[in-house]
Amino acid sequence: MSSSQTNLLQGTLDLLILKSLKTGELHGLGVSRRIEQITRGAFQVKPGSLFPALHRLEEAGWLTSFWGESENNRRARFYRLTKGGERHLGHEAEEWQKIAAAMSHALKAT
Amino acid sequence: MQFRSRLESLMRNLLRKHEVDADLEEELESYATMLADERVAGGICRPEARRSTLAELGGIEHIKQSVRDGRTGITFELLWQDIRLALRQLRKSPGFTITAVFTLTLAIGANAVVFGVLNALILRPLNVPQAESLFVVQHGSDVASHSYPDYLDLRQRNRSFDDLAVFAISQSGLDTGKDPSNVWQYETSGNYFDTLRIQPYLGRFFHDSDVHGPNSAPYVVLSYAYWHGHFQDDRTVVGRVVRLNRHPFTILGVAPPGFQGTILFFVSDIFVPVVNHEQLFGDKMILNARGIRWMFEMVGRLKPGVTPAQATADLNSVDSYLKKSYPKEESNDPYTLARPGLHGDYLNGPTRTFLTGLMLLSGLILLAACANLGSLFAARAADRSREVALRLALGSSRNRILRQLFTESVLLSLAGGVAGLVASILLLRRLSVWQPFPRFPLHVPVSPDANVYLVALVLALVSGALFGIVPVRQILRANPYEIVKAGSTGAFGRRITARDVLLVVQIAICAVLVTSSMVAVRGLMRSMHSNFGFEPRNAMLVDTDLTTAGYSGEKVPAMQRRMIDAIQAIPGVDSVGSVNYPPLEPPGTWQGLVYTDTTEDLSPSNAAADPNMFNISPDYFRASGTSLLAGQSLLMA
Repeated sequence: MSSSQTNLLQGTLDLLILKSLKTGELHGLGVSRRIEQITRGAFQVKPGSLFPALHRLEEAGWLTSFWGESENNRRARFYRLTKGGERHLGHEAEEWQKIAAAMSHALKAT
Repeated sequence: MQFRSRLESLMRNLLRKHEVDADLEEELESYATMLADERVAGGICRPEARRSTLAELGGIEHIKQSVRDGRTGITFELLWQDIRLALRQLRKSPGFTITAVFTLTLAIGANAVVFGVLNALILRPLNVPQAESLFVVQHGSDVASHSYPDYLDLRQRNRSFDDLAVFAISQSGLDTGKDPSNVWQYETSGNYFDTLRIQPYLGRFFHDSDVHGPNSAPYVVLSYAYWHGHFQDDRTVVGRVVRLNRHPFTILGVAPPGFQGTILFFVSDIFVPVVNHEQLFGDKMILNARGIRWMFEMVGRLKPGVTPAQATADLNSVDSYLKKSYPKEESNDPYTLARPGLHGDYLNGPTRTFLTGLMLLSGLILLAACANLGSLFAARAADRSREVALRLALGSSRNRILRQLFTESVLLSLAGGVAGLVASILLLRRLSVWQPFPRFPLHVPVSPDANVYLVALVLALVSGALFGIVPVRQILRANPYEIVKAGSTGAFGRRITARDVLLVVQIAICAVLVTSSMVAVRGLMRSMHSNFGFEPRNAMLVDTDLTTAGYSGEKVPAMQRRMIDAIQAIPGVDSVGSVNYPPLEPPGTWQGLVYTDTTEDLSPSNAAADPNMFNISPDYFRASGTSLLAGQSLLMA
């Protein structure tokens, strides 16, 4: 599966962003690099989908943001999961597991 | 949690838009810088790294727009943008804007006025509690055809009404100790206020328990308007004794403001019990005369669960008993029920027809206005074809352009609607206080209410949508490439036939409207100048009322002769005559029945004719300029 052809469903992207922030706060570029890392390079999130998603999740209350300093001393906007965001991630991950299990079961069926 | 966060975002996005946008700008800038940092670390020189980064981002503006499109409250934001753009566009063409708003003001204003009248006179229920169970009892085609004994029998013998009340209208002289003045009064049955279920504003009303036979209840209740105008809101009037036609009557209370009885357009000054009619007018027999139908209106409140049809049948069965008992006096007319407010079917039908016609005409006016504005809008869209084409070419969606055009038309129609509503409210207020005939307390109570506002708003929105929809096809069909290529004389809108159709529709509607208004104006002119059999030029009317001044019996003709002589003596007076009701004024109870010579049974149903009867003095015809077709005038005895 070539990464450039991977079409991210909106729900998938949201879930990946939440998951990438599970281990701690990150700025936009950090989120995109982290997603690349945890999906072993399968998903490369373009800024055109990343930023709308980040802002949407923040407005929904799953994330908060603040200005901080990057590892290279650049001023950057960091994102962090909220309590509600963590709950939401748990819930969504569970849903996704169910769907994925069902899908793989369905595809294996003869 | 989620709701609160959404609300906070909405407030921030709407109120601190610049801050939010600056934040976004800085965030994306820092993203690009950090991406470039990575490439520099990879061994590329900085300018080249920055250039390739920006190229990869595909335009920061584009990303910003997608973030904005996902924000909470984007709909408001877009609407606000559309409104601002529409306002700018309209300001750029003031001629068009003023024409459109003015046209709509006239059209919507006319509709609001007519609907206001329709609403007040027909749609709105009477201003009394549980008005839906209140009905006017009619006898035959004429509402004013009940005698007092008939009323008493109907009231006692029916089983369908909780209560049945009756009233007559008359004038009296009211003397509070200073100037006696003429007042219009309702002479009502004792249960009148209780039947209508209204409560006094001040003091108390009279009830059935106050009435014990002829002249037993010398009480008077003032209407709110009369109390306000003649007693200066004096709360101590309750219990005060005033003189009505020189007889002492005690003021019991004041009716609530806005109470108009069951006849919407007639405003009475005072209410007195009808049992005191003899005391007021010296007429000993009228209360007991079964053949004299002088009661103006009978109103009844149906018992719960009784239908109007059942009540009508009940009344007619009582009537058949009465016909058997009093064959001479009872007529053969059946009893029917009608809605109160417009004096039963007497005015209800004509008013309804007239107002429906007017409503139709004003609807046509609005339609013509919409057709007119529709073609104006289409022309405007054609003029703006290059602008539209450019916007389409630059990537604007057709939806967005259409929404913007609709915003423009709805803004115009709302402005016209508000202006029309304000004008109609002013006009309706004027109409409400207007008294067409100074001698009569006639009013058209048409104060506007929420219904009128709502209708004006809906009409504005509907007409906005109607004329806004005209250029839609034009826009949808537009091919930006063709238009830009063709230059300012583009083919855009050349093939339009919708505008031609609209023009024809508009001319047709206007022809109907102009014709009907010409007919109406001509009719009015003719009735103003037609010959009524008297000469109004150089004639003066002097209103006198000897009864209220305490004259009765023999003294009346003597005083009348003295007055005629005194006026005759005034230099310049050519002739003087007296008549009990001036020309064109309906004579109240002065009706006489005419029988043929051979009729022996003088019951009302056998009458050959029922003419109006006027009492005149010998010189009256000369004074009024009436020429006799044959015969000669009366001579002074």
